Amino acid sequence: MAWPLIRLIPRETHFRFVKWAPIAAGLSALLILGSCVSFFTQGLNLGIDFKGGIAMEARMPTPIPLAELRTELGRIGVHDAQVQGFGSPNSAMIRFLPEAGQDANAEAAEIKQKLVAHFPTMTMPAPSVIGAKVSGELLGSGFKALGIALLLMLGYIWFRFQWQFGVGAVIAVFHDIILTLGLLSVMQIEFSMTSIAALLTVIGYSMNEKVITFDRLKENLRKYKTTPLRDIIDLSENERLSRTIITGSTALLALGGTMVFGGPVLFPLVFTMTFGIIIGTYSSIYIALPLILVWGVKRGDEEATPIKLGAGTRP
Amino acid sequence: MLTLSRWKVTAVILSVIFGIVFTLPNLLPQKTLDALPGWVPHQKLNLGLDLQGGSYLLYEVDTDALRKERLTNMVEDVRTTLRNDQIEFGELGESGGIVRVRITDPAKVDQAVSLLRRSIGGPLAGAIGGRDTSVSNKGDGRLELSFVPEAAKADAAKAVDQSIETIRRRIDALGTKEPTITRQGSNRIVIQAAGESDPARLQAVIGQTAKLTFQMVDETVSQEDMIAGRIPPGVVVIPGTQPGAPPIPVAKRALVTGEDLVTANQEFDNQSGQAVVAFRFGGSGARKFGDATTRNVGKRFAIVLDGKYISDPRINQPLPGGSGIITGNFTPESAAELALLLRSGALPAKLNLEEQRTVGAELGADAVKAGAISLAIGAAAMFVFIILAYGLFGIFAALALVVNVLLIIGIMSMTQATLTFPGIAGLILTLAVAVDANVLIYERMRDEAAAGRSPMSAADTGFRRAMVSIMDANITSLISAAIMFGFGSGPIKGFAWTLSIGVFTSVFTAIIITQVLIGWWFKAAKPKKLPIA
Repeated sequence: MAWPLIRLIPRETHFRFVKWAPIAAGLSALLILGSCVSFFTQGLNLGIDFKGGIAMEARMPTPIPLAELRTELGRIGVHDAQVQGFGSPNSAMIRFLPEAGQDANAEAAEIKQKLVAHFPTMTMPAPSVIGAKVSGELLGSGFKALGIALLLMLGYIWFRFQWQFGVGAVIAVFHDIILTLGLLSVMQIEFSMTSIAALLTVIGYSMNEKVITFDRLKENLRKYKTTPLRDIIDLSENERLSRTIITGSTALLALGGTMVFGGPVLFPLVFTMTFGIIIGTYSSIYIALPLILVWGVKRGDEEATPIKLGAGTRP
Repeated sequence: MLTLSRWKVTAVILSVIFGIVFTLPNLLPQKTLDALPGWVPHQKLNLGLDLQGGSYLLYEVDTDALRKERLTNMVEDVRTTLRNDQIEFGELGESGGIVRVRITDPAKVDQAVSLLRRSIGGPLAGAIGGRDTSVSNKGDGRLELSFVPEAAKADAAKAVDQSIETIRRRIDALGTKEPTITRQGSNRIVIQAAGESDPARLQAVIGQTAKLTFQMVDETVSQEDMIAGRIPPGVVVIPGTQPGAPPIPVAKRALVTGEDLVTANQEFDNQSGQAVVAFRFGGSGARKFGDATTRNVGKRFAIVLDGKYISDPRINQPLPGGSGIITGNFTPESAAELALLLRSGALPAKLNLEEQRTVGAELGADAVKAGAISLAIGAAAMFVFIILAYGLFGIFAALALVVNVLLIIGIMSMTQATLTFPGIAGLILTLAVAVDANVLIYERMRDEAAAGRSPMSAADTGFRRAMVSIMDANITSLISAAIMFGFGSGPIKGFAWTLSIGVFTSVFTAIIITQVLIGWWFKAAKPKKLPIA
């Protein structure tokens, strides 16, 4: 066995990444369209954090098994209920979003009846209506922060590379945001406070991918001044392929543990992050780089005499 | 690069010691921790509300007091409006939610009605052209003014919303506590804040309305008048905040209010060295303050907080800049607290504490436990993978990662920032990027070795070349983290904070620690070939 396993990855690969770019562009366009359609027809499944809902206290003479209570709530059809220990172990706070178009009080009474059937000693004082956890102001400031952050990242990449790189990166990141939101919408995964964190993680990982990709491209642009841009992009991608595989797998492994063993509360979040990491890697290769190819780059005027090292082939 | 300079080795050793010392309190049982001498760090990670629960405070917005206050304001508005238009009136007063006034000159009743309809109250939210006050003519010059029922409801709802935002600003100003603040029912607010936060401190910050006004002291009212209760209309007698301070008569109408403040900070007075609150008005507030102080040089005004005056200084000269200081027997802490309250803005109404209790993790204790176990499994899988992939160098990377985690937990414990679930997401991203840094370095080394360099030279060049990419990627991360920390709030802030800490520790551990480890290995093993080439 070849240990360390890195030796298993071939030293040199010659994948024609750019050749597949038009197909990838079509696929991305289709996915974005699908995301938008889903987004505008069924929208995001905004959870109780955003919409508010109903809070009910549950009391028992013995400690309340939170996990069992959660499972039971899921079984009787209360989706994405939040269950929290409340004051003493014998008391729990249940928060849930009532079904659209249903009378909240009637639904609360029905849930109470079903819960008491399962936990005979359970008592539940009157439910109360609660407001959203995320206010408009909070969300607004969040979007503003994100917008400014993206602009400044664009600025930095522009400064370090060229404008095409900055704009390409930001467009690719937007692509990732849209597809991730699209996934949340299509699968109607509850969008909560923690989904925001997942989205930020996706953006962070994706941006990291773009910068690393560009760095290699920039270096190769300087090294091979007359090679066609398309070949340089392919070359850069092939050169950093082993890194992409190792880094991507490590990140996926780290999340995989939580995906399998993390339980139903964390699953949607980790699922979103995993999807985002895959999409972020994909969009670096198939969105950010082809955009640069479309726009072209300014090349080779730093040194007077371009050094030709053999076009299109690896040294 | 691979030269083992003394500073690098020292930095590595110091950071490892730092990481262990500051992380240790989280691993020791409380009993052992209590037995340790005082100079050993005792701070544990401050877990957020979602992970470990905390205090739960239920407040009721005092909408009755709010209504009463608005009615009092209406009385004053009626007085000024009628006076300005020289309409004579009498019997102005409020009872049972209705403001009554009698216009003395029968010829001017109609003029008064239309004037009051135009200028009292404001537009009604949600109704185009509607007003929130009604004015009715009861004959014989008697007018009655009251708020329409919808206005009372809209007022209460607005007060609750404003209170929520103000409370959030106040608690955020205390640091990254990441509270959850929700409306409950029509006029209640639930505030939940993480375990380590002190409920008494929270109450002190939430419970105060912090309505600041500057009001002229009415020096025509003598001590005897006050005792006899001969108070002219438009003047009110208020107590002081200091025990033993005499009550003073002040004009009901405020010169300037705290709403116009742009900043307030705790400072020390140059002359007395006492803690004071320095404030500055902006825009129209600064103009109003400047005008008022110019007009009233030599007179006294009262700085009033929630109906009690803090001090009543004499205006020695006009203050056109709109800034000044508030003195009044403050301790640095109480001055800082008042400054915080003034900066965050006043609550629209008084809040009454209804219930307080301790609550469990918001995500549910069961979910948190499952999450912790699964994270450990994920981390273990990551370590195994990186070691399998890079062999000995993989072990180095894993060691760097361990130090990285120690440093992050150590710094988080030391700064007592709140770690929430979004923060953990930031942590996972950080670790992924840290692994990436190591991978970039190793892949570079392999490239250089493949290009025919000697192991030492390949390793050295690998580090140097990978540095560029690593720095670019991390600076980009840091830019976004800084912005999100500055502008964002709640979960975004928590995420940004862990990410920022992580960027620094990752760059340090992935570059310096790995370098020292590989440097030592080169010295000891004198390899002919890189283990990863």
